[in-house]
Amino acid sequence: MTTDTSVILDIQDVSKRFGGLLALDRVSFGIEKGEILGLIGPNGAGKTTLFNAINGVYPPTEGHVIFQGQDVTGLPSFKLARMGMARTHQVVRPLSELSVRENVTVGACFGRENLSLDQAGRVADEVLAFVGLAERREMLAGKLNVAQKKRLELARALAARPTLLLLDEVLAGLNPHEVAGMLDVIRQIREQGVTIIMIEHLMHAVMNVSDRVVVLNYGAKIAEGTPTAVSNNQQVIEAYLGDPKVARQFLEEAE
Amino acid sequence: MNIEALLASSIDGLMLGFVYGLAAMGLTLIFGVMKVINLGHGPIIALGMFIVYLVATQLGLNPYLGLVIALLLGLAFGIVVYFLAVHRVINAPELTTLLATFSVNLMIIGVGTVVFTTTPRALAIDLGTWQSGVITVLGTKAVAVVIAVIVTGALYAFLYRTRVGKSIRAVANNRAAAELMGINSTWVLALSFGIGTMLAMISGGLLATLFSFTILSGGIYELKSFVIVVLGGLGNPTGALVGGIVLGLLEGITTIFIPVGWVPVIEYVVFVLIILVRPTGLLGAR
Amino acid sequence: MNLWKQPFLWATLLVILVFALIPIVTGSAALREDWLLILLYLVLASSINIIMGYTGYVSFGHIVYFGIGGYVAFFLIQQAGMHLVFATLIGGLVAVLIAVLIGMPVLRLRGAYFALATIGINEAMRNFVANFEPFGGSVGMFFNYEVYTAYGGAKDALWLAYYGMVVVALAVVATSFFVKKSKFGLGLMAIREDQDVAQVLGIDPARHKVTAYAISAFFPALAGALFFFKNGVIEPGPAFLLHRSIEGLVMVMLGGYGTVLGPIVGAFVYERLRSFLITNPTFSSFHLFIAGLLLLLIVLFVTAGVVGWLRQKSPTLRRVLE
Ligand SMILES: Nc1ncnc2c1ncn2[C@@H]1O[C@H](COP(=O)(O)OP(=O)(O)O)[C@@H](O)[C@H]1O
Ligand SMILES: [Mg+2]
Repeated sequence: MTTDTSVILDIQDVSKRFGGLLALDRVSFGIEKGEILGLIGPNGAGKTTLFNAINGVYPPTEGHVIFQGQDVTGLPSFKLARMGMARTHQVVRPLSELSVRENVTVGACFGRENLSLDQAGRVADEVLAFVGLAERREMLAGKLNVAQKKRLELARALAARPTLLLLDEVLAGLNPHEVAGMLDVIRQIREQGVTIIMIEHLMHAVMNVSDRVVVLNYGAKIAEGTPTAVSNNQQVIEAYLGDPKVARQFLEEAE
Repeated sequence: MNIEALLASSIDGLMLGFVYGLAAMGLTLIFGVMKVINLGHGPIIALGMFIVYLVATQLGLNPYLGLVIALLLGLAFGIVVYFLAVHRVINAPELTTLLATFSVNLMIIGVGTVVFTTTPRALAIDLGTWQSGVITVLGTKAVAVVIAVIVTGALYAFLYRTRVGKSIRAVANNRAAAELMGINSTWVLALSFGIGTMLAMISGGLLATLFSFTILSGGIYELKSFVIVVLGGLGNPTGALVGGIVLGLLEGITTIFIPVGWVPVIEYVVFVLIILVRPTGLLGAR
Repeated sequence: MNLWKQPFLWATLLVILVFALIPIVTGSAALREDWLLILLYLVLASSINIIMGYTGYVSFGHIVYFGIGGYVAFFLIQQAGMHLVFATLIGGLVAVLIAVLIGMPVLRLRGAYFALATIGINEAMRNFVANFEPFGGSVGMFFNYEVYTAYGGAKDALWLAYYGMVVVALAVVATSFFVKKSKFGLGLMAIREDQDVAQVLGIDPARHKVTAYAISAFFPALAGALFFFKNGVIEPGPAFLLHRSIEGLVMVMLGGYGTVLGPIVGAFVYERLRSFLITNPTFSSFHLFIAGLLLLLIVLFVTAGVVGWLRQKSPTLRRVLE
């Protein structure tokens, strides 16, 4: 049991089983307030599943999730959202028939601050300006292109004014220019005091912005530490051997 | 409680169950292959009744010959309905296909009431009875069971032994993969809709040999089909047959214990409860 | 929200009111019958729109609440001599209660399963009432003429039912508008678009859906109470007529689902078309066929409905029409 108040999220021996598949195998780690934690691992390692188990999309099969000192294991995701946890989805899920502004207003309305519709609208406008979607606010969300939808995911999560933000591959599918822009946004979010866990495949990006990195492979945590330490970890490099490109990136980082 | 009356009533219900099961199989086949709940099912059953009736009364032929005609017309009609009402919205949300097939329901009922009015019709077929103690089996019912079993057997042989049948199962399993394997899914879907319609019409035809009916009678059997399909699991033909027999038996047994009027209340309550508790059906999904 | 800055709402209510006054001004009983039916369909369609258009749950058997309201009020008026107004309100509240009880489990279902369950519920209720002796079983209940004397005779009683229907219609339109413009309504629409995402964003789906469902049950129940009071007779068949439910869906689709104006336009157009067909000797028997054809054409070609289509046409219309 954690009593340390500087720890915002504590994951304790979390496992998740889908039928015969053990997607998460007793994963444990904590994250401190204000930190950016990079969560990496090969495809299918269980990263998204961990997010789902943390934010109540489904309960973990075993283990506990402690959020802001409270055991939130198995709580439905709307309760966690109100407590200050927000997330983006790896595969973008805009509320297609609502406008961009309405999408973000939903986030603000029902998030941590439980704002009225008017207040939420103002927050939505601020956030849309912040992520650079202000001009598209009246468009139907379904009509945005992929990069814009990624920004919308982020804006919707931010509008909730979360204390903890779970980012699931927000950089995937963006061009280098867009990646740079998004990384800027993420740093600014941290400056506002938001704690971030980010799942990412772009190694240089994770290594650049993260304070600490956790590595999953086949559902189990195989390494945890500073970006440099993790890049030098033999087990991590081996986990990525199936993916030589990433493995090479690691070796380069390690130099 | 009179055990013999119970037995008689159960046998009666059991036999009817085969015919119900046949109708439900049509509904479930369509759902299994294309995830469409055919709300035109009831009026299609009623059309089957009228085809057999007209063949017998207007053409003066044997009503069982009418079943063959119902089979052919049902297949053709189903394919036409598929292309007119379903194909364009096959990938749309469920609501859309529900409304599209319901529009077919309205159109059939609309034309049907004009052409056939709502005066009850009945076929007078006498195939004698078979008696043993209190148990009396009508010849027509026995023939209906035999035909239902033959049709079911033929359906299975078709689905599992023929090329086309295998393509239907492939499309039901995974349409995208089936298309990659070179199966023309449009035709498979149309054909499946045709076969589902055909099964509904045959069961309608069989019901016409047993009871009196109007163009609106299909509604009751449509709802029975829903109950059965939910009992057996949406999309599962074996489940439909078993579900039909279970429902028939239940009807036969319950009518002994409670007034007939309450039977549908129980049926629908059970129906809703099953959807709530086991949406995949009591027999489970495939 | 500033009430006075809602021109759309005021304009819509005003137009409905003006039309609804036509029978009152002319004093024509025939026009009153016409408009009672139009308003009834307006109430039904707008209510269905709240659960189907805003929330995305297609309630095929929604007519069950019309029947419940009708039966409860009829029973109270006939057996307890209760005044129409109170009986109607109680009918509405009973419907809300039942909707909450039914909604809690049933609204967990998604898509087609929900639609099928609502059909099952309506059919179960119809058959139940047909066997329920206090409600007159399969023959239903009817009023003696004395019932109407409390309202100053049959003529006045029928007008009273009409005034009631006008009030209910205005109320449903206002409710539909406020729901759509509220935080609650935004939550409903988020659920309609993607329930899982809505939940991740902090929306309690169960509470939102059950509330929407209860609201959408209330107004049809009021309409049912007034309608059967006016008829003086209530039977299981007409009270729980599945076809009427589905006609309600057709109206919502025709006008444009998810909009405030859509169900109103849909109800008007559909009802006018229907009575034209029914009274026209060549078409009278084909009205169901034509309703079916119309539905199919909408479903296949103009999924957004009339109002939805207009809104897609121009940004100005999108802003003006709700
Ligand atoms: N809902 C689910 N049902 C069954 N298996 C799942 C489900 N979600 C994920 N999985 C499986 O769990 C494993 C981990 O998936 P995921 O968490 O998406 O990986 P990552 O995000 O690390 O790429 C994969 O093998 C995936 O197929
Ligand atoms: Mg993932």
